[in-house]
Amino acid sequence: MKTEFKHLQAAHCENGVTTNLLRSVGVETLTEPLAFGIGSGLFFVYIPLLKINKGPAIAFRTLPGHIFKRTCKSLNIEVVRKKFSNKEMAAKFLDSCLEAGQPVGCQVGVYYLTYFPKEYRFHFNAHNLIVYGSEGDNYLISDPVMENVTTLSKYELERVRFAKGPLAPNGQLYYPKENTTVTTEQIKNAIKSGIKRNVRDMLSIPGPIAGVSGIAYTGKRIKQWKNKLGQQKAGLYLAQLVRMQEEIGTGGGGFRYIYGAFLQEAHAFHPIDELMDISKIFTQAGDRWRSAAVQAAGIYKGRIGSQADFDVMGDYLLEIAEIEKKAFQALGKIKWNS
Amino acid sequence: MKKEDIPQDDGALNKLTKEVVYAVDNSGNYTTELSTGWDVKSTALDAAWEDIEQRIAHARQKVLHHEASPILYFIELRLMDIGIVAAYTGFWKWTVKQHLKPAVFKKLSDTKLQQYADVFNVSVEELKSMNVHED
Repeated sequence: MKTEFKHLQAAHCENGVTTNLLRSVGVETLTEPLAFGIGSGLFFVYIPLLKINKGPAIAFRTLPGHIFKRTCKSLNIEVVRKKFSNKEMAAKFLDSCLEAGQPVGCQVGVYYLTYFPKEYRFHFNAHNLIVYGSEGDNYLISDPVMENVTTLSKYELERVRFAKGPLAPNGQLYYPKENTTVTTEQIKNAIKSGIKRNVRDMLSIPGPIAGVSGIAYTGKRIKQWKNKLGQQKAGLYLAQLVRMQEEIGTGGGGFRYIYGAFLQEAHAFHPIDELMDISKIFTQAGDRWRSAAVQAAGIYKGRIGSQADFDVMGDYLLEIAEIEKKAFQALGKIKWNS
Repeated sequence: MKKEDIPQDDGALNKLTKEVVYAVDNSGNYTTELSTGWDVKSTALDAAWEDIEQRIAHARQKVLHHEASPILYFIELRLMDIGIVAAYTGFWKWTVKQHLKPAVFKKLSDTKLQQYADVFNVSVEELKSMNVHED
């Protein structure tokens, strides 16, 4: 049993699932950067009180699930989303979707995701993949971060759909409700509202830990890490920052490059020169994030590690906060013609 | 980042797939390119794993010195924490904490031991002895 579905590799899993699912219902002009931008995917938050894998909780993107939800909503596409308390019901519902020819997005945990390399298998429960069919006891899987499609047995799929711990998926699946056509006008509006929402999230979110002020806040905290945490733990914290920024799915530079690509694509819909100029600022921000990562690597590899080195690291983030502030302020000032 | 500057280092993920990276071409237009990995991030992952190995070794010592029950060792070995173990076993967090005490662990019923063994994917014998044979 196989649904009509085309696998396209993406940088990020949720972008990829969103793009591929919407393309399968007829939104053929959608690309990964468009999905990311329309879903206002760019973000920054550092939650000092929360620990992930014993390190700092840092994210460069918006909450899991939001990109799909917002993109569909902006394009006026109705979504079916279901969670299950019963594993058999979850499998049955999935099978009935596939029988009806509907590819389905699933939230899964990666710890038991057998095709991932061992080094990547942490208890992280917000990965997304698409089930697009079944063959005997195996399900056909399109994992958007991979070049090629793969399979999971019935048991393996059940195990990752019912992974436990923070953000437990509870068998969650989702898909766009029906085939639809999306007009250019709708995409134009969705781009506009996606940018406006992202400006609001990055510039006006209350509190010091999120948005551009969160980046500056993190920069200031990093300067204290050596003293507060000790050399080894401070190094591990920086390693975690780099992983959140560069690991699988970010497209490099903590999603800043994907956002730059989005603004260029947005320009094709809204021929406003500023969009191209601001895209360059995001490229610059991504480049600075990567320079910061190189500095961080010097510290966690033990090549450098003086207080001055931590200060340089913190200053990178303070500088990036200014760059991104400028970029989002410029986006906020754009005069949309339509 | 310029397209030609995309790193092509080796990384753990490269066993499975190359990954998509966004970068600008010579005319300044964004494009995507596959990358085999970046040294900076593979060493970040290495650092995390070195820390995990240390924690596992430390937990093992604690169990051998009767400062903790083998459950602590398996929590570290399986990259879990008390919350995750509680979620998988169905025990309260508080209960799991009690079971971390060697004296309490010794009195655990076979059913409870089996519950832990299942979550850690080992036999009850392996759970008690910490001698796990796996590839």
